[in-house]
Amino acid sequence: MDLEEAEEFKERCSQCAAVSWGLTDEGKYYCTSCHNVTERSQEVINTDLIPNTLIKALNRGLKKKNNSEKGWDWYVCEGFQNILCQQAEALKNLGIGPELKNDVLHNFWKRYLQKSKQAYCKNPVYTTGRKPTVLKDNLSHSDWASEPELLSDVSCPPFLESGVESQSDIHTRKPFPISKASQSETTVCSGSLDGVEYSQRKEKGIVKMTMPQTLAFCYLSLLWQREAITLSDLLRFVEEDHIPYINAFQHFPEQMKLYGRDRGIFGIESWPDYEDIYKKTIEVGTFLDLPRFPDITEDCYLHPNILCMKYLMEVNLPDEMHNLTCHVVKMTGMGEVDFLTFDPIAKMAKTVKYDVQAVAIIVVVLKLLFLLDDNLEWSLSNLAEKHNEKNKKDKPWFDFRKWYQIMKKAFDEKKQKWEEARAKYLWKSEKPLYYSFVDKPVAYKKREMVVNLQKQFSTLVDSTATAGKKSPSSFQFNWTEEDTDRTCFHGHSLQGVLKEKGQSLLTKNSLYWLSTQKFCRCYCTHVTTYEESNYSLSYQFILNLFSFLLRIKTSLLHEEVSLVEKKLFEKKYSVTKKKSRSKKARRH
Amino acid sequence: MSDFSEELKGPVTDDEVETSVLTGAGMHFPWLQTYIETVAIGGKRKKDFAQTTSACLSFIQEALLKHQWQQAAEYMYSYFQTLEDSDSYKRQAAPEIIWKLGSEILFYHPKSNMETFNTFADRMKNIGVMNYLKISLQHALYLLHHGMLKDAKRNLSEAETWRHGENTSSRGILINLIQAYKGLLQYYTWSKKKMELSKLDKDDYAYNAVAQDVFNHSWKTSANISALIKIPGVWDPFVKSYVEMLEFYGDRDGAQEVLTNYAYDEKFPSNPNAHIYLYNFLKRQKAPRSKMISVLKILYQIVPSHKLMLEFHTLLRKSEKEEHRKLGLEVLFGVLDFAGCTKNITAWKYLAKYLKKTLMGNHLVWVQDEWNSRKNWWPSFHFSYFWAKSDWKEDTALACEKAFVAGLLLGKGCRYFRYILKQDHQILGKKIKRMKRSVKKYSIVNPRL
Repeated sequence: MDLEEAEEFKERCSQCAAVSWGLTDEGKYYCTSCHNVTERSQEVINTDLIPNTLIKALNRGLKKKNNSEKGWDWYVCEGFQNILCQQAEALKNLGIGPELKNDVLHNFWKRYLQKSKQAYCKNPVYTTGRKPTVLKDNLSHSDWASEPELLSDVSCPPFLESGVESQSDIHTRKPFPISKASQSETTVCSGSLDGVEYSQRKEKGIVKMTMPQTLAFCYLSLLWQREAITLSDLLRFVEEDHIPYINAFQHFPEQMKLYGRDRGIFGIESWPDYEDIYKKTIEVGTFLDLPRFPDITEDCYLHPNILCMKYLMEVNLPDEMHNLTCHVVKMTGMGEVDFLTFDPIAKMAKTVKYDVQAVAIIVVVLKLLFLLDDNLEWSLSNLAEKHNEKNKKDKPWFDFRKWYQIMKKAFDEKKQKWEEARAKYLWKSEKPLYYSFVDKPVAYKKREMVVNLQKQFSTLVDSTATAGKKSPSSFQFNWTEEDTDRTCFHGHSLQGVLKEKGQSLLTKNSLYWLSTQKFCRCYCTHVTTYEESNYSLSYQFILNLFSFLLRIKTSLLHEEVSLVEKKLFEKKYSVTKKKSRSKKARRH
Repeated sequence: MSDFSEELKGPVTDDEVETSVLTGAGMHFPWLQTYIETVAIGGKRKKDFAQTTSACLSFIQEALLKHQWQQAAEYMYSYFQTLEDSDSYKRQAAPEIIWKLGSEILFYHPKSNMETFNTFADRMKNIGVMNYLKISLQHALYLLHHGMLKDAKRNLSEAETWRHGENTSSRGILINLIQAYKGLLQYYTWSKKKMELSKLDKDDYAYNAVAQDVFNHSWKTSANISALIKIPGVWDPFVKSYVEMLEFYGDRDGAQEVLTNYAYDEKFPSNPNAHIYLYNFLKRQKAPRSKMISVLKILYQIVPSHKLMLEFHTLLRKSEKEEHRKLGLEVLFGVLDFAGCTKNITAWKYLAKYLKKTLMGNHLVWVQDEWNSRKNWWPSFHFSYFWAKSDWKEDTALACEKAFVAGLLLGKGCRYFRYILKQDHQILGKKIKRMKRSVKKYSIVNPRL
């Protein structure tokens, strides 16, 4: 009879309410004060093989079986940890270096646990509100030998730390004391130990983990690593199921059961929203009190010059436009390191929406060149068309009309396909989420029904139509010189819209209109409003095209365009409010 | 994100909620629906799940509209997940929508067959109890459509004996309908047996057995149908077959009661067939003329162009009451007001004869009463030069009748009349001459002094 081994069983005895258990020879628990033998038996974990106290402690935590139906004891933050791990793994498969997972994200997460007082600190927030006796009981004989070590772990700058802990650590770390005893008595249920409490918790100054927050963590680590993935790419990969997010919980270990309140925490029925994740990224960065991020310099993917090039290629615009975008970047100072680098400790913590900004710069350049007033761009196109007919051997002039026709067709097709794919998206997981054990059979029956019906209808579907998942790519459109149907404009020249004057090139078009005359100064969150019907059709088309590429709201892009203009025409804004004209001289 | 609203309400089991919210008749404004939804969720963004599934629904509807069964099936594959919608209201609405769309797809899809349809129907019946009866009934109709009478009957019997949860009023009507359809199937067999019986000689040894069979069937059927037809509604096929059986067994009073109730009960929707059935019954029973006239009077008010109106006219013509005879004229004019009846030679013949008779009987006022409201448009509607030519070409007899009426109403100067007069026809020559004389004498344009 091994008293020490029986310590992990913490339920009160049903006869005398004492918590003092021993083990019988068959491995069943018996009460040492009244000799009542329970039905429960010790889980057979061969701890003898690895005589290590830490492993033993782990067994008590995550792996401890309450009973086979209810699965392991686990905490909500462990669930998020598992999901972050899955996401990091997926990012690795997309070609991101392994450091992201092992060092950066791992350390951000540890820092989060510490800051939110969930672990790596003296008094974890977890047991507040629970039965204090249980807590005391637990602490009194907890063998947290590793605690100080872990603390010191985080106290040094986390990013310098090498992969001290192995990857499997992420799964199995179990830093919390267990208080399962109170759980069995509560009626509002959840599969996790603290699901109910977690969903009710509201603490000022503490960022609570949610599903969208996991993506904020991912993006933050990508940003730290200066990886070639923008936020819009990340979210698109989520939507295309390349990164686990919706139903990520179904890959939890079999014994981590989810139900009840866990459903509200892990079950999610919306794709992430750009602005929301962007806001959360800043929130998390500030909460973690992170130092200034590595500099975004001209050779980084996120630098506007590189992103502009990428988006110019994506939407089939001439490479020559890149000179102009670089010029705008220079004039506005948007390419400077201080402007681009995220610094959470700065007074006004803000990061740049790199992708949206790059696209906005392109829109501004298009406006500089073609005015986009539903008039000039077409007359310029006429000129280009005539010129191209006469000089068939030369490098063709860029013809806006032709570009519009091709892009419109490609965009409509893409959008239609996207809408169809969204309509066909399957949201429900193989593991249904239910509220309680009473609902479990109902939920499983429903699931089975759906699966059966789907099986039946899949015989009616053309098997060729349902091709597999497309592979992830940061490009959505593909333009090559060989494709005859879809002209590639990358090599076309801007000669038709620029004119030489001395050593500098001027835009033929000397007019400009501002997307926004007034910026909001009230407390509303938006910078300005976008009422579609007030703008020219070409401008609308271009905004629609780009906002579709980034999967953002058109109004968000419009705001960004206005902000770029504000920087470009700062003087016009501050000195006179006359009809603004474009800066004429543009040197190359 | 975290949606606990449903949890707070507690798990709702399917049979607690009534379908009526969904099936309730009324107008549907999609924009209003979305507006209400946003108000209900407090202006929060709709979940993408809700957005994509509603987009999916419209894709299915579009595919069905374009008869793209395969595409519809593809979208349907995804739409099944609404059965697991976390919004309990939508989850309960899902089975009915899925049944309607799915059965439509399976009905037309080239790869579908009876077996697939049956499996689908059986599955859908058992998702929630609310739709069991409705689906059973529609399943039976599908089987009927494919000529599988026995399976349909078995299906209806199963549905009839099915009991689950509370009995609600809407379920009551469904049960009645199911029973009535079963009755209709029984009538069908009975009717076939009756045909057999009529072919058999009374002395045939099989006669008694078949007769016995016929009798048994009738008893069951009447019980099945009679409950339904007491509920206000349009039950034409049920009423018709029920009456046929009652009549066959000599229960005339019963049949008359059923028909009178069906036609005259104010709770029932206005239904011309109800009056036609009653009239035909009375005719078979050789009922007094006045009774038949009162039935047809109502039909005249609902459908003045019905072909029975000519019979109505003959009844009225024979009546002694002056009021009836005036109505007789009115009915004829009424029939010819309709474009579908313009070439009805009987109607024109009746009108020609009756006009002459009326005018001879010094009832010029009756004619004028009818003619005043029509003189603006009948000449071009019936008596144009074009019609004269084409009528003469197609049907000379019709042209003659019409010409006579035209002459009487418009005078001998009328183009239609003149055109027909000019035609030199050997056989009709005498008739035309007679007509000319009558017109001169009776035409309302030159009233005799």
